[in-house]
Amino acid sequence: MSTMKTESGDVSCHEGGTTTTPHDHHAHKAHHHSSENNPGPQELIIEGAGCASCVGKIESALKAVPGVENAEMNFAQRTVSVTGNVDAADLVKAVEKSGYNAKIAAAESEDDALAEKEQADWAYYKRLMREMTIALSLGVPLMIYSVVVGEMTVSTTGERIAWLAVGLLTLGVMVFSGKHFFVGAWQSFKNHSANMDTLIALGTGTAWVYSMVVVFVPYAVPEMARHVYFEATAMIIGLIDLGLALELKARGRTSEAIKRLIGLQAKTARVIRDEKELDVAIEQVLMDDVVRVRPGEKIPVDGEVIEGHTAIDESMLTGEPMPVEKTVGDTVAAGTINKTGSILFKATRVGKDTALAQIINMVKRAQNSKPPIGRLADVISAYFVPVVMIIAVTSALVWLNFGPDPAVAFAIVSATTVLIIACPCALGLATPMSVMVGVGKAAEAGVLIRNGEALQTASKISAMILDKTGTITLGAPKVTDILVAGEQHEDTILKLAATLESGSEHPLALAIVESAQEKGIETGKVSNFNAIAGHGVQAEVDGKTLLFGNEKLMRERNIELGDFVEKAQGLAAEAKTPMYFAVDNQLSAIIAVADPIKEDSIAAIKRLQHNGIRVVMLTGDNRATAKAVAEKAGIKEFFAEVLPEEKSKKVQELQMEGEVVGMTGDGINDAPALAIANVGFAIGTGTDVAIESADITLMRGSLHGLADAIAVSKATLRNIKQNLFGAFIYNVAGVPFAAGVLYPFFGLLLSPVIAGAAMAFSSLTVVTNANRLRFFKAQEH
Amino acid sequence: MLLINIAGIILIALIVWWFWLYKPIEAELGENDLVITVENGTYSPSRIKVPAGEPVELKFIRKDESPCSETLLIPELQISDTLPLNKLKSIQIPALKSGEYAFHCQMQMYRGQLTVN
Repeated sequence: MSTMKTESGDVSCHEGGTTTTPHDHHAHKAHHHSSENNPGPQELIIEGAGCASCVGKIESALKAVPGVENAEMNFAQRTVSVTGNVDAADLVKAVEKSGYNAKIAAAESEDDALAEKEQADWAYYKRLMREMTIALSLGVPLMIYSVVVGEMTVSTTGERIAWLAVGLLTLGVMVFSGKHFFVGAWQSFKNHSANMDTLIALGTGTAWVYSMVVVFVPYAVPEMARHVYFEATAMIIGLIDLGLALELKARGRTSEAIKRLIGLQAKTARVIRDEKELDVAIEQVLMDDVVRVRPGEKIPVDGEVIEGHTAIDESMLTGEPMPVEKTVGDTVAAGTINKTGSILFKATRVGKDTALAQIINMVKRAQNSKPPIGRLADVISAYFVPVVMIIAVTSALVWLNFGPDPAVAFAIVSATTVLIIACPCALGLATPMSVMVGVGKAAEAGVLIRNGEALQTASKISAMILDKTGTITLGAPKVTDILVAGEQHEDTILKLAATLESGSEHPLALAIVESAQEKGIETGKVSNFNAIAGHGVQAEVDGKTLLFGNEKLMRERNIELGDFVEKAQGLAAEAKTPMYFAVDNQLSAIIAVADPIKEDSIAAIKRLQHNGIRVVMLTGDNRATAKAVAEKAGIKEFFAEVLPEEKSKKVQELQMEGEVVGMTGDGINDAPALAIANVGFAIGTGTDVAIESADITLMRGSLHGLADAIAVSKATLRNIKQNLFGAFIYNVAGVPFAAGVLYPFFGLLLSPVIAGAAMAFSSLTVVTNANRLRFFKAQEH
Repeated sequence: MLLINIAGIILIALIVWWFWLYKPIEAELGENDLVITVENGTYSPSRIKVPAGEPVELKFIRKDESPCSETLLIPELQISDTLPLNKLKSIQIPALKSGEYAFHCQMQMYRGQLTVN
């Protein structure tokens, strides 16, 4: 029996320097709490289980271990999944006792997978280069011979013997350098499908077989057609291998963005368990674990700070350059960098659930999705290969019937050339390669594009609707004025208002509650709370009926407003939101709240307008405030006093006018409008992004993300069009030339070698052009 | 010459029949663990019968080094995933309505089909 391998060994203890804090105790409890309630299955890899009957034996051995609830083996994968609160090492021992080997299957990190992929790619690259070298070292001298010496004809016995030797060498090249084409062609033929391998194998195979016929039975072909094409076979195989190798290299660069995102993940985390600090692999951090992060270290998983304070650089995730202050109660996100202080935080999301992991996942998915523009190319690709084979046969027949002497040679050359030039792979690659780079580029700018369709539509946006609160403004309003009616004291009003609003989640309500807290005013008890959508709130406090909301609400309840309407208008003109406060149907005060415009909103809006986009503001706020904010932000069109359910209607109205509408919002109440818009942009508040909800998510609050997203999508679409054009020219338009349409007019027939080079470099051209997108920079701001 | 022309036309007919008209037998995704091997430019089996109305799991193993085969796309289901080299990878398929769903690689050189009924 071989040595047991357990990976629990890489949990190293660091007892030195550990100080016990009250939080350590808490952590210890938290950890156990989590493992009791949510044990999560453990995966073991079984070695040496060769028969299906082993399954029962292994399962029962594991079930016998105290604490195991269930053990289920997947025989095909040779893995067993064990649930229950039990130490992994005990499970390994139990399997060992039953006569097999087991090791703990560590969750594979993205990092490892990437390294493994790169290693595999490198090995493949080296193989292709080796094969290319062999093929070209035969092909190039033959080419030079044919150009310098002239015709490669077979007339004398000596020539026959010499060419036979060359033919056998070419066969060697076909086996060594081109085996994968022939095997692939045969496999797909058996599968009733045809692909690139089919075309290359048929093309090079035809050239070789014809040449061998000329060598063996020269009398079977007309004297003028006794020509060999060994150089074409060797050159084409070599060139296509070279093309594949270079394409592989170029492809690697297209995934740079995702590599960078994966690189953000920390490899280890320092968790506190059983009052000890341990460095564990990132995959082993559990929910509710307490994690210590020191200055300069990466945050390993998402969590909530429970001790200490610090500044955290979130720029890699959000694009926001300034570090963000964090203290007890704040959330931290995996992948961000702790700058100044040391903190303890409780893990709230681990593994695949962290915001970073979700972002990586989403970018990966988006990178592989296709915008509608690629659909036609897809349809063409699907039928392309058999069509090309038919064209090749037809072309050969036409040459044989109508071609000049030597018709056989012309037929062979044209059929081979058609087969070789017409690989649809560049057509298939045109769209995905650009999307891959474009989506990655956007992610680097803090813009998450959900799929290819969103990317394409974003490039056509003609009107952008911006929600005011939280989108143009900071979304963190502050109480600016309290105008009291009658004799009451300001603080009394604030206390009542804050009590009333303590039950509401509206941002304006929050401003009032916060303002009371700042003044040290305690709130009382509230009953019969009732939110009146789009109008305000009503409740009872200390037996009094309180009403708080806009002018509409007051008018509906017939409350006398007097000269307070004018006062309110004055406040609104200063871009403040005035709200009326009535106690027992008597106007008591106006409380004004202002939500400052984000620093860069004005510049970003100007950028959108400069790019020809119609910017429209939408708000539930009163008209006067909305007007003041719109003026400040440089927006000419706005809709005020829009109820949440009316937002989507406004989107539709613009769509009816023929606009392609982008809608930007941050709140749940924007969801219907985001969904109905051609492209919905969600503003993720820093790290807590609602990744799945919108077509495009801006990870930082800045509206510059909108302009960036549109710029990237436009650049990507342009790139896709260039690629499609390039691929089309090479592969589709090249076919008639290969078949010889130019011959009757100019006496020109494409050489199979040129066709081979064109085919090999068509994919490379597409990938290289897609790579140019990497250098794209959204307009400076 | 006539013979050659007839042979050519038969060849074209064969191409049409073999690659378009002929429907190869479908492999059934049943109790046994069906693994789709990605190798030499093909998925094998490439036609898979899947029951309608219930989610299933497709298992892939990629033995082909070509970078194109790395990406598996099922456009109609908006599924796109990467297949690691020489490692089993499960793809979750949601409950589907009866019909045919194509799956392919990035360049569409490797093609397969799910037949749901």
